[in-house]
Amino acid sequence: MKVLVPVKRVIDPYVKIRVNQDLSGVQTEQVKMAMNPFDEIALEEAIRLKEKKLVDEIIIISIGESKSQETLRHGLALGADRAILIDTENKPNLCSLNIAKILQKIVQDESIEFVLMGKQAIDGDNNQTPQMLASLLDWPQATYASLLKINGKKLEITREVDAGLEVINADFPIVISVDLRLNTPRYASLPNIMQAKNKPLAIKKLAFLGLSLKEHIQIVKVEPPAQRKGGEILNSVDELVHKLKSVDKII
Amino acid sequence: MASLVLIEPKLEALARAGSSLINAGLKLDQDTHVLVLGSKEEALINKIALIKGVKKVYWATDPVFNYPLAESASECILALAKNYAYIIAPSSTFGKNILPKVAAKLDVAQVSDVINIISQDTFQHPIYAGNAIETVKCLDDKKVLSIRTTAFDPIEEQQPSCPIEKITTNFPQNHGQFKQLIEHKSKRPELTQADRIVSGGRGLQNAENFKIIEKLADLLGAAIGASRAAVDAGFIPNEFQVGQTGKVVAPTLYIAIGISGAIQHLAGMKDAKVIVAINKDEDAPIFEIATYGLVGDLFKIVPELINKLS
Repeated sequence: MKVLVPVKRVIDPYVKIRVNQDLSGVQTEQVKMAMNPFDEIALEEAIRLKEKKLVDEIIIISIGESKSQETLRHGLALGADRAILIDTENKPNLCSLNIAKILQKIVQDESIEFVLMGKQAIDGDNNQTPQMLASLLDWPQATYASLLKINGKKLEITREVDAGLEVINADFPIVISVDLRLNTPRYASLPNIMQAKNKPLAIKKLAFLGLSLKEHIQIVKVEPPAQRKGGEILNSVDELVHKLKSVDKII
Repeated sequence: MASLVLIEPKLEALARAGSSLINAGLKLDQDTHVLVLGSKEEALINKIALIKGVKKVYWATDPVFNYPLAESASECILALAKNYAYIIAPSSTFGKNILPKVAAKLDVAQVSDVINIISQDTFQHPIYAGNAIETVKCLDDKKVLSIRTTAFDPIEEQQPSCPIEKITTNFPQNHGQFKQLIEHKSKRPELTQADRIVSGGRGLQNAENFKIIEKLADLLGAAIGASRAAVDAGFIPNEFQVGQTGKVVAPTLYIAIGISGAIQHLAGMKDAKVIVAINKDEDAPIFEIATYGLVGDLFKIVPELINKLS
């Protein structure tokens, strides 16, 4: 069985972002970029499943500008077998629905039965693409997975939900989105980084996929959030109790 | 065209979240209808019917909805969707699981985690862990929105009960099957709805020490929260995690103890009204956003605070 792992190139999660002066978006020039952390977890899980011989081939895919090749090479170095880049050229802001439609096309073209992906990208924070992909394919979905058990064509997935942990059973084909606690991703070793340079990376232009993608969302502006007023450092617990009781009257 | 509001079931009392969601629905369209899933939700339904502005409540009674999977829940919404211009749900794990499925089937986009309704087609939501606010215009006829309920006020006013319509259709169960819910039992308020939260981080050092967080929380009638570091270190289960990858909260009082204030954590709590930070590192980023800060050893400060409040 093949597993498809979509990966996104995003600003490194430890970078403090800056909003452009003209409110058009967030500065990405000369900013450290990385693979979306949730996607790294999805890829790690795929690699572990391959090591247990539960999947045969790991295909990673990224949709975006040409620089996403770096992210794909990183994924190949971690253990993916081959990569696909859907080069969006001058369409940088594809909404989740259009991303899901592109993935749907690739799933069908590659006869994929298993998609393993991050629950959300840490830039848009949308948490939509896996659900939308499952919906378009009419496959079951298991979102926010923190534990996967595979037994032939049967799956048992533990999901992180607000109330605790929910366990569901499902069959392949399936779309699974992963949560942080599923695993701890490995680092790429130098020999693997060298080897990754020889692994296949196919670049396909979005225009040649034959999809008719409509614009659904227009970004009007991106602003920094309102700043909180600077903090006040107190000298004693008494002072704190006084503030909370008498000034803010909240306890 | 009206708005359809999907309310999260299993709220023993209709707490803040559901009522805030209805408020968001009413801001979109005065003709607001509510959908509740689950055969055991009669008490919740009766309370919703009394909220001022709600015109109708749908009650999907199929027992599969007692633990709704996204597949059957989205089918139920889609069966109603044609009459609605807006379909909204909370941006909890419940809502986020179901809603994008509905949007994709309707061939429309979704806006996640809406914090502000600018106009009937323009909405604001946080991106980059709340470090930027994006304003988007939806070009589709139907708008599918997940709502950050803490960004909207609950409706206090009541009305005579509105009509309640049962949906008895059985939706196909040919996808996944629910097996088990391992709930975290607690007498404390639910984290996302609590008015006060006491949260602990790596500075607590171990699970045993986390008990002082519990003690302070119980004294204040507060919920307990945690940073990702505390969860990863095994001090407390992950459903207590506050942050970009955990829960987003906006209580009146948030007390952060032994939490440095990583971007990831701040994204989940920086909209609290009053933030108190207790940390030994005076350069910890949490102090930049804290209303009040105490620099020092939490193992001295917290017991003293407990003592003074007892």
